[in-house]
Amino acid sequence: MNTASIDNTVVRPKGLVKAKLSRDDIIMRGGMIVIALYLVISLVFPLYSMFSKSFSTFQYDLSKFEVQVSDDAGQFSPKITNLQNLNEDLKAIPDEELSTGSGGRLGVTIFFPDFSFRSPVMYRIRNVDGQGRFLVGSKLMTGTDWQELDSNTFRRVQLRPVRSTGLSNFINYFSTPALFKSIQNSIFIAIISTIITVILAFWFAYALNRSCMRFKGLFRLIAMAPILVPSLLPGIALVYLFGAQGVMKGLLFGASIYGPIGIIIGSVFFTFPHAFLIISTALAISDGRLYEAAISLKASPWKTFWTVTIPGARYGIISAAFVVFNLVITDFGLPKVIGGQFNVLAVDIYKQVIGQQNFEMGAVVSVVLIIPAILAFAIDRVVQSKQVALLTARSVPFNPKPSSRADLIFTIYCGLVGLFIIGMLGICQFAALIKFWPYDLSLSLNNYQFDKMDGGGWGAYYNSIKMALLTALIGTCVIFFGAYLVEKSSGFKTGRAIFQMFAMLPMAIPGMVLGLAYIFFFNNPENPLHIVYGTMTILVICTVTHFYTVSHLTAVTALKQMDSEFESVSASLKQPTFKLFSRVTVPVCLPAILDIAIYLFVNAMTTVSAVVFLYSPKTSLASIAVLNMDDAGDIAPAAAMGMMIFYTNIFARVIHLTLSKGVLRRTQAWRSSN
Amino acid sequence: MEGIKDPQSSYLSIKNLWKSFGSFTALKDVSLDIKEGEFVCFLGPSGCGKTTLLRAIAGLDLQTSGAVVQGGKDISNFPASERDYGIVFQSYALFPNLTIEKNIAFGLENTGRSKNEISERVSELLDLIGLPDQGPKYPAQLSGGQQQRIALARAIASGPGLLLLDEPLSALDAKVRVYLRHEIKTLQQKLGVTTIMVTHDQEEALSMADRIVVMNEGKVEQIGTPNEVYCKPETLFVADFIGEMTQFRGTISGKNLVKIGNTELNTVEHRFANGREVSITIRPEDIIPLGAKLPTKSGKNVFSAQLVEMEFLGSFWRCKLKSDEFPEALVTADFSVNAVRRLSIEPKQILWIELPSQSILAFDAQAA
Repeated sequence: MNTASIDNTVVRPKGLVKAKLSRDDIIMRGGMIVIALYLVISLVFPLYSMFSKSFSTFQYDLSKFEVQVSDDAGQFSPKITNLQNLNEDLKAIPDEELSTGSGGRLGVTIFFPDFSFRSPVMYRIRNVDGQGRFLVGSKLMTGTDWQELDSNTFRRVQLRPVRSTGLSNFINYFSTPALFKSIQNSIFIAIISTIITVILAFWFAYALNRSCMRFKGLFRLIAMAPILVPSLLPGIALVYLFGAQGVMKGLLFGASIYGPIGIIIGSVFFTFPHAFLIISTALAISDGRLYEAAISLKASPWKTFWTVTIPGARYGIISAAFVVFNLVITDFGLPKVIGGQFNVLAVDIYKQVIGQQNFEMGAVVSVVLIIPAILAFAIDRVVQSKQVALLTARSVPFNPKPSSRADLIFTIYCGLVGLFIIGMLGICQFAALIKFWPYDLSLSLNNYQFDKMDGGGWGAYYNSIKMALLTALIGTCVIFFGAYLVEKSSGFKTGRAIFQMFAMLPMAIPGMVLGLAYIFFFNNPENPLHIVYGTMTILVICTVTHFYTVSHLTAVTALKQMDSEFESVSASLKQPTFKLFSRVTVPVCLPAILDIAIYLFVNAMTTVSAVVFLYSPKTSLASIAVLNMDDAGDIAPAAAMGMMIFYTNIFARVIHLTLSKGVLRRTQAWRSSN
Repeated sequence: MEGIKDPQSSYLSIKNLWKSFGSFTALKDVSLDIKEGEFVCFLGPSGCGKTTLLRAIAGLDLQTSGAVVQGGKDISNFPASERDYGIVFQSYALFPNLTIEKNIAFGLENTGRSKNEISERVSELLDLIGLPDQGPKYPAQLSGGQQQRIALARAIASGPGLLLLDEPLSALDAKVRVYLRHEIKTLQQKLGVTTIMVTHDQEEALSMADRIVVMNEGKVEQIGTPNEVYCKPETLFVADFIGEMTQFRGTISGKNLVKIGNTELNTVEHRFANGREVSITIRPEDIIPLGAKLPTKSGKNVFSAQLVEMEFLGSFWRCKLKSDEFPEALVTADFSVNAVRRLSIEPKQILWIELPSQSILAFDAQAA
């Protein structure tokens, strides 16, 4: 109407009102800053260290060193030789070998072909301008003074590299075909696994949501089982099924399970529950009225499927595809066990860091791996936000009608998928319990004597439980409290937006990358937080951060369902927000809080990728033990340990269920009273 | 509660309040005074700024500039927890996991009251709102209307100086709404607590308020008693928003005379100069039907019109009339069932009507 004209004519206000903060406001902002700081230290700083590492190159700058050599009598000629010139004459080291890592050391005697440590010849060495560094024995020399050394000491002189910043690590990476072939490999197995998993999971979810077949509860349970084991386990199962001495080796017609085939089958196994959950949710929320409309319009089932079912579930399908893609491309355990000579990015990071101690190249591969992971994550977020918008309050749930033929087909189909999942777990349990595969199939518990194997023994198993419990306890508190602060505090918009961003970030960071970033950040002697390196603390911090996002989103969803005016009412009644939090918010959100706790526990039990860089001999974990025992050829004990993780997680789930039912019956009496 | 108890002085003063959300200005220089014990309604269409104003008074969303003075104390920048009021939201915002008793007792705890005092006060309040036996139940076990009364009890439990009601009845069905209107008003009078209610329902405002603040696009259009805003609207917006009306464009042609097309109409006294473009309004219930024949003794503003449309609305007929004198628009008139029967008014017939001059209001046409 007439706003524009009025806006121009009235006088704009003077003297802005600045809010006086209440005690609660100050406490909540303080709390949010503390948790944001936690995320900065446990995520942002380590990632920053990693990025800067990937751009750091280390090179021996020979021009920085000068030497003098005496005659046999110990008399020095006045001639001063620069090492660079010496190398140009001698060609002792080709230029490309002057590149090294941060830990590089170069023995200086290489430039003296007729060097003998018994000779009476004396040597002097210095660095030219204070920028070069060299070691005499273990003593670091940085000054420009001449060091006069006898030959026996001189052979212990080692040059240290100079750090510079640039893209040369990346150039190096992309000019090494063996390395960048992994990108292609990773993407290839991720795409194939995604297609197979999504199709299998879609029909499984469809059967459970849209048919009247029996045993739906059982099938649902079976479908979720792979979440409870480390991704290494299907690899071990595949070794027993299709490996050199596998029972079903013949089915591969001579192809090797070690390689893409193994990785793909294993990936389908461990990503299946994730895809199933997402697609099942999408199918469950479809609107029954659309199907009634389709029937009244006399559409064929085929047409209904393509015009109603698929469009309704499309966001779920797309979202599932990106989640699976992300899981496969970032997974480390499975390709490590079954990948053979088939290199993928996640394993390359491990090989560069653990095998070759080339941390810079590990950082480069990490950066390469982050790109598809972040892309897949970002697309998934966009798609998921659209899925929510499809739900309307008026939707009517779809009620399937029995059809003996379709129900039978679906039962057979689900039975086959279930058999696949149970078979993989069953073969591991079987292998763990027999004496010596495949020659002596008598039962024995020998494989459970973990203390006799490499990998940490039973101690690793107890460490895992301790780590998982701590992660569940500390993680749930930190994450729920953080989500509460960011959802329910007023004002402070920029701060909250930054916090939200930090909370979403971990999902996009592959575990291997996070673990490596932790090495760079926490293993730096100059960092006062260095003390946590190699302790249980760093494992807990890393795991909480690794699984932060999903837990945060669970908490936020639960909090969003609470009336947004509770805080206002509480303030108007002059009650501290803390009272509202403990008396109302926490009890009402208890189901979500328990869900977060079990999610963190299960993932802490099964995770390998991030912690593989961070455990110490004292803090080895069960999942790491599986990896190490498999590496050492103790495959049966590895399977046994993997199944221990499985049973522990089942046990934890049962406790979670009992708690949910028991505690909730008391604290949530108001729910049933409707 | 250390405010001045003089009923004539202002208990709550709003002075030049502005509120911006980014580039959108939700409140534009709002000023008003509310007396102790008064029941005031903020009335306006959605987006007019009434809830923003309430939340600024409550300290939930602080104004950008301007002052709020309650009981003689400048509370402009106080956080909600340091102000003295109780609030009831449309969603009730009852704590779902606490019983009714615990909900009401929530604000009584940590105030130096003993457990006995608290439980006495709670049962007193439950009696007051007429739900004495519901204490041990959970909110979900009560109906919407009952829940809203619990929310009210919780808000007044500690005896605040100001009661704020944010669309408290909007989520309820029509019957309960009418019943609760009466309940709230009675309770408010019994307690004598200064009350502000935000509503977009004019009937609610007219029936409950001592004074109504009509708001539009962030500004106060008019402040007055229900009778004033209905019968003497100060702006075209108020006339249009509250009740029904027919509107014509015309030109001032003399003292209390407006020319519409070729027809001259007598109006109430107005302040406009000759030749000024104005909008004039008349409410449907003010139009008098005279019947098919022109009575011998008829006053000013009498015209013949054709009855184009008749709609039965229970106690009256809503009629649309087309007159050659005002080709611009159909005239809406409400005729009582009684009058329609007495004058045997039928659709399509030609009918004489009178537009009483005291019911014809003139407004600045620019503001339309």
